[in-house]
Amino acid sequence: MSHVAETVGPTTAGTGGRNGKAELSEGARAERKLGWTLCAPAVVVMLLVTAYPIIYAIYLSFRRDDLRFPKASKFVGIDNYTTVLTSHIWWHALAVTMVITVISVVIELVFGFGLALVMHRTIWGRGAVRTAILIPYGIVTIAAGLGWQYAWTPGIGWIQHLSGGAPLTHQYQAIGTIILAEIWKTTPFMALLLMAGLALVPEELVNAAKMDGATAWQRFVSVMLPVMKPAILVALLFRTLDAFRIFDNIYALTGGAIGTGSVSFIGYDNLFLSLNLGIGSAISVLIFVCVAIIAFIFIKAFGTATPGSDVGGRG
Amino acid sequence: MAVTAGKKVGWSTANILVVAWALFPVWWLVSLSFKKPGNIATDGGSFWPTSWSLENYRGIFKLGEFVRSILNSIGIAVISTVIAVALATMAAYAIARLRFPGKGLLIGMSLLIAMFPQISLVSPLFSIERTLHLFDTWFGLIIPYMTFSLPLAIYTLSAFFREIPWDLEKAAKMDGATPSQAFRQVIAPLAAPGIFTTAILVLIFCWNDFLFAISLTSTTASRTVPAELGFFTGASQFQQPAGSIAAASVIITVPIIIFVLLFQRRIVAGLTSGAVKG
Repeated sequence: MSHVAETVGPTTAGTGGRNGKAELSEGARAERKLGWTLCAPAVVVMLLVTAYPIIYAIYLSFRRDDLRFPKASKFVGIDNYTTVLTSHIWWHALAVTMVITVISVVIELVFGFGLALVMHRTIWGRGAVRTAILIPYGIVTIAAGLGWQYAWTPGIGWIQHLSGGAPLTHQYQAIGTIILAEIWKTTPFMALLLMAGLALVPEELVNAAKMDGATAWQRFVSVMLPVMKPAILVALLFRTLDAFRIFDNIYALTGGAIGTGSVSFIGYDNLFLSLNLGIGSAISVLIFVCVAIIAFIFIKAFGTATPGSDVGGRG
Repeated sequence: MAVTAGKKVGWSTANILVVAWALFPVWWLVSLSFKKPGNIATDGGSFWPTSWSLENYRGIFKLGEFVRSILNSIGIAVISTVIAVALATMAAYAIARLRFPGKGLLIGMSLLIAMFPQISLVSPLFSIERTLHLFDTWFGLIIPYMTFSLPLAIYTLSAFFREIPWDLEKAAKMDGATPSQAFRQVIAPLAAPGIFTTAILVLIFCWNDFLFAISLTSTTASRTVPAELGFFTGASQFQQPAGSIAAASVIITVPIIIFVLLFQRRIVAGLTSGAVKG
C-alpha cells in the first residue's frame, strides 16, 4: 500500500459519516455522474474511431479475402488461423519477436532506471541532460533506423569503419543490431516515465529513511519502488506492447531479410504486399491475442498498482 | 544539501557518459548531413567531414514540399497532443479518484485499442475517411493520432494521479471549493509532472508516426515529415540519398528538442514536498 493510503478517505465516506444515509447516496450519485461526464469524451472518441475498424479486421480474418482474386471472397471459418498456425513462417517470426522483446525490454528497464536517476538527480545541467537523453526517442524512427543502417553499410558507416564486419548479412548479428537500435531509440521512453515516477517520491520520506540509517539500496527498494510501482507498470506494459509489435527498425535495417522478420512484419507483408487481407487480418488478431496475454500477465503481477483498481481499497 | 567535490565529479561523469551514449550516433548523422554528397562514399565513416558543405540542406529546401510538410507536422502534432492530453486528463482523474460503474470497461477498452495492431486498422480507416471527405486533410490525421495516443495518455495520467496527496483536495473542499475548483486549482498543478510527461510522449508519437501518415494522405495538403522522407528517399536515384535524409532528420529533430527543453522544466523533484504533514 502506498504511503498516503491511511490518510485518505473518499469524500463520500466523510460526508456520509456526518450527515446520514440519504446524503451518502446523493454524494455517490453526484460522484458517478461526474465520473461519467469526465470519461465520456475519451470514450466517444475511442469508440467512434476504432470500433468499426477493429470489428471489420476480425470479420476479415474469418474470410478468404485476397485482393488478387476478388471473386473468390467467401467465409472460411477458422481456415486462415489454421493456415497461419501451421506455418513455420509464423512460429519463426514469433520466436524472433519474443527474443527481441524480452532482451530489449529487460535491458531498457535497468538502463532506463539509471537514466531516470541521472535525469532526476544530477546537480548541474539538468535541462540539457534531460533533453539530450530524449533526443534518440524524438528522432523520427524511420530516419533513426536508416541512420543505423548507414552506420553499418560498408564504405559509408562508422561502425562498419571501426569493426570491419558486415553484421546485417548474418541472422544472429542482424537481430543483435536490431535490438541495439531498438534499445538506443526507446530507452528514453522508459526513462522519462520512470523519472516522472521518481518526481512523485516525497523527499522527506527518503530523508527520514536516510536518518533511520537505511542504505541507498534499502531506500530504493522500500521507499521509492512502492510509490513508483504504477509508473513502472505503465512504462513496462506499453514498452512491451510496442516492442512486441516492432516494425520500423526492422524495415529500415534489414527489410525483414535473412530471417529477421517479426510478427508485425509478416502481417504487413500479407496485408500490403501480397494483398491477402484474410491471412493478414488473422495474423493481426493473433498478434493481438499474444499482446493481450502479455498485458494480462503484467496487470496480474502488479495487482493493485493497476490504474483504477483500488479506489475502494483506499476508503 | 552540501555539494562535495567528489559528488560533483561523480555527477559530471554520469552526465557525460549518458549524453555521449545518447548523442554519439546523432552526431554521426549530423556530420553526415554536412558532407558533400559526392564525398559520402569515401568520407562516410569519419565523424568529421573533410570538407563542410550545405549542399544537402540546400537540396531538401529546394523542394518546397519539405517546408510544407514541416508545417503540417507541427500543426497536426500540436493539435492532436492538446486534445488527447485534455481528454485523457479528465478521464484519468475520474479513474484515479471517483467511483462509478463502467470504469473497468473503460480501462479494458483503452488497453484493447492500444494492443490491436494498427496495420490492420489502416484500410478500414482509409475507407471511412474517403466517405467522410476527411482523407488527406489535417483532421484526417489528427483523429487517428489523438485516438491512438489516448490509451497511453490515460494510463500514464491515472498512474500519476493515484500518487497525488489527495488530502489537499479534501482540505480545499473543506475550505469551500467545489469539486471542479478543487480539480483545477489544487490537483492540476500537482499533476503537472504527469501531464507534461504525457504531453511529451504523445507529441513524439504523433511526430514520428509513419504508418497513418503514409496511408491517410496523398498530397502536400496534409503530408507530414516522416511520409515526405519516404518520398525523397526514392526520388534521388542518381545520388546517395544518405546525405539528404541525414539533413532532413537533423532539421525535423530541432522542433522536438525545443519542445522537450520547454516542457521538461515542469517535471521537477519535490513538487509535493511539504504538502502533506509527515
